[in-house]
Amino acid sequence: MNRFLLPLGAFLLLVVVLAIGIRHAPEKDIIASPLIGKPAPAFSLPDLSDPSRTVRSSDLRGRWYLFNVWGTWCYECRAEHQTLLEVQQAARLPIIGLDWKDDDAQARDWLAQLGNPYERVAVDHVGRTAIDWGVYGAPETFLVSPEGTVVYKLVGPLTQATWTRDILPRLSRQPLPGS
Amino acid sequence: MSRRRPVAMLLLLGALALAAAALAVDPTEMPTPQLQARYVALTHELRCMQCQNETLADSPVQLAADLRAEVRDMLLAGKSDEEIRAFMVARYGDFILFRPRFTARTAWLWLAPGILLLVGAAVLVRVMRQRAALLAGDIEPVEDDGRN
Amino acid sequence: MLPELGQFALILALLLAGLQAFFGIAGPALGRERWMAAVTSAVAGQFVMVATAVGCLVACFVNEDFSVRYVAENSNSALPLFYRVTALWGAHEGSLLLWIQLLAAWTVAVAIGAARLPRRFSARVLGVLGVVSFGFLLFTLATSNPFLRLDPPAGDGNDLNPILQDPALAIHPPILYTGYVGFAVAFAFACAAMLEGRLDQQWARWTRPWTTVAWAFLGCGIALGSFWAYYELGWGGFWFWDPVENASFMPWLVGTALIHSLAVTDKRGLFKSWTLLLAILAFSLSMLGTFLVRSGVLVSVHSFAADPARGIFILVFLALMIGGALALYAWRAPLLRSTAGFEFGARESFLLFNNVLLVVAASTVFAGTLAPLVSDALKLGTVSVGPPYFNPTFMLSMLPLMALLPLGIHAGWKRGHLKDRQRTLLMTLAVAVILAAGVAFGIYSHGALLTPVGTALGIWIILASLVDPIDRWRRRLSLPRSVLGMTIAHCGLGLAVIALTTVQSFTVERDVALAAGASTSVGGYQFRFDGVAPLEGPNYDAIGGTIVVTRAGAPVAVLRPQKRQYWVQHQAITQTSIRMNRGNNLLVALGDDLGAGRWSVRIQIRPLVSLIWLAALVMAIGGVLAASDRRYRSARAAEAPAGVALPGEPAG
Repeated sequence: MNRFLLPLGAFLLLVVVLAIGIRHAPEKDIIASPLIGKPAPAFSLPDLSDPSRTVRSSDLRGRWYLFNVWGTWCYECRAEHQTLLEVQQAARLPIIGLDWKDDDAQARDWLAQLGNPYERVAVDHVGRTAIDWGVYGAPETFLVSPEGTVVYKLVGPLTQATWTRDILPRLSRQPLPGS
Repeated sequence: MSRRRPVAMLLLLGALALAAAALAVDPTEMPTPQLQARYVALTHELRCMQCQNETLADSPVQLAADLRAEVRDMLLAGKSDEEIRAFMVARYGDFILFRPRFTARTAWLWLAPGILLLVGAAVLVRVMRQRAALLAGDIEPVEDDGRN
Repeated sequence: MLPELGQFALILALLLAGLQAFFGIAGPALGRERWMAAVTSAVAGQFVMVATAVGCLVACFVNEDFSVRYVAENSNSALPLFYRVTALWGAHEGSLLLWIQLLAAWTVAVAIGAARLPRRFSARVLGVLGVVSFGFLLFTLATSNPFLRLDPPAGDGNDLNPILQDPALAIHPPILYTGYVGFAVAFAFACAAMLEGRLDQQWARWTRPWTTVAWAFLGCGIALGSFWAYYELGWGGFWFWDPVENASFMPWLVGTALIHSLAVTDKRGLFKSWTLLLAILAFSLSMLGTFLVRSGVLVSVHSFAADPARGIFILVFLALMIGGALALYAWRAPLLRSTAGFEFGARESFLLFNNVLLVVAASTVFAGTLAPLVSDALKLGTVSVGPPYFNPTFMLSMLPLMALLPLGIHAGWKRGHLKDRQRTLLMTLAVAVILAAGVAFGIYSHGALLTPVGTALGIWIILASLVDPIDRWRRRLSLPRSVLGMTIAHCGLGLAVIALTTVQSFTVERDVALAAGASTSVGGYQFRFDGVAPLEGPNYDAIGGTIVVTRAGAPVAVLRPQKRQYWVQHQAITQTSIRMNRGNNLLVALGDDLGAGRWSVRIQIRPLVSLIWLAALVMAIGGVLAASDRRYRSARAAEAPAGVALPGEPAG
């Protein structure tokens, strides 16, 4: 009798695994980033508002900041734009934008029209910086610590819920500068 | 319908630049056949992170084109295949490789076929021995209707 | 009106399926004759109701009723009629309805064919099929109702996914599902036997034809899918070990093991509990496949829209039904013992090898397909699995199987007597090796070691299969359909092995950038790019390229690849252009406009690739032919021994 129960046992085990799989299914599209806990990739790119100036990752050390990858061609970026503005107002957290594979003039118009939540916007035409950050689909947002470590990555548009649930708690572990 | 033509054509050409078409054709030519072979092999081994079940070689999205350009540049700079894979994995994780690495975490997957074969062989031997032993006591004739 | 009628019909179908299940299982258990008699009426009623629902949905599509959400999501006023009809199964809800319709059709067929079977047994079979129908109908009505309305109705539809706007859509899903669903019949036969507490050689003989026909359909369905991927998706590839492909391949592998195991149980009453388990396993894999592609747990290029809620429903259904069957198995299987014996070199041994290797292969595919899921669930991190894993591991079990096949064909039941066949086997092997070497080194000038080995095995299989039938034919002996069918099927397998080996080794592929008028040379052919021109289709705009192919100056073909932009979904689709020439498949696809009249073009030459799908068809024909053998329609032990042509009786 024993060994004939094996198929049933193995099957029930499979069902459990599949059930766990379903629970994780909504996150299936999201690949865990290997950058978490590692130093933020260095970059040095032209500034959108004045291409003769440079936005450097080294300038950003010493404070928390959000690194937000976007483009005017990206539908979901428009959806999250309002949230970015709200977050920036409420938390006074600097948001650095990465304008990915975009047209400079269009990007400037876009920000003028919809509002500019970014302290500075770096322009990546070639795509090398985006690759260094492991970006595979805009919008993506990274939270970087004052030491320059990537603490959190969000794939998809930022929502108030995500901000409150995932990002804010991580900020609270260390006092914000000036508070 | 002929009024739509020029507009449609513009839309078509414009959309093609961004479209999620079903195919990418990659006419990259490397200076030597060895590099070409390595380029083709690598781009077929790496996954397109945006269209997750296509290879870098076949995916038509911009990200794939950018990553292919990276591979090309690294090959031209003299990097080894392993270095290129490491570069990709450092940024995108193990998921970008179509061939799972052999690590402690994936060992079960790579060893599974071999283990299954051994188990199967053990079962085979046991059953065949059992049945051979029963042969002496089995006097029933086999039904012979000329069929399998 | 029509959608309401359709929904009502589905509800009635659900009730009838419930009755079918209840009468079919409770009737024999409680000995109620009237209940058992009512089962066939329930079967017929359910079929009619499901057909009505399908008819209503088709009418909604044809009439462009965009108040029905499913129609609005998958159709459009500009969509040609042919695709408006086939769009029925273009997405989740409709394809489920197709599943249910085919299950009802199989059930009717079984009800008709089971007229010769003992009453209680056939009632149980139909009852189990009723349980399956009930589950799927409930799933449809609860989570995937195709008749849901949009309020207000959509102005126009979202159009059918452009990749699906292809003639293959008309046949691939129906044939594939016929096979998929057909394994439910074997499952039902198995459950009926377990409920009855009795499983003998007669049971195997009843089950064999149903299983073989389902297997044949599934094989054809898979081949059609592969062919479609080849010419439609533009890469010239035909198998990607994609989770959805694997979901149909696993049941086929286990199904192959099942039809061979049934042969042993039929002939010698052996492997009873194993056959039972395989029957449950084949259908379980079908159900698992359904789960995987509709629940969003796996990443795939062609899974249906992911919805975890549906996934939970199917999982619960799966757990109850398969869990129930396996519990029955644990209860009944210990009673199934036989005292038959056989030698090491007997046919039974080889069929055992066949089963073990096929199940190992299926398990390997299973492990690779579910690895990302398992790894994630057990917190082992993400693992990614693709062709570099599947190809070598699959071959590991399949190559030995190919090598053993010729031996198994010539081994006798119970006592192998292979010594008597030694000369035949060695001679056929020698011929195969010589021919293979000729192909590998003569026709083509290069190749890996695998090429002559694979080709030799394929040829050996064909030759070894043909020896006995040809001998019988020459001596004017009868050749029963089951033997003929088996021979054809095995030859088909040999052809597939040859084709796959050759294609793997000798494909030539180049991506080039060409300006109008420029030529390039690939694999002995010259390809001249004659530029592009705009075109218009019924619901798309296209850019058509012209490529003139010549060989040593002589014209071969004119290929016309296209890039299409569909009006509604704004998706650009590549249409490849394919021609056969001297056994080679020439494939051309347009890439991107590189500016200044230059385009990137993919050129691919695949020798013998069409042989793969032809081989699959041959295997299926062999299967169906074998299933039509007279012995399945007549009572056991009432036949004249073959090998003697009775006067007045046609041979075979």
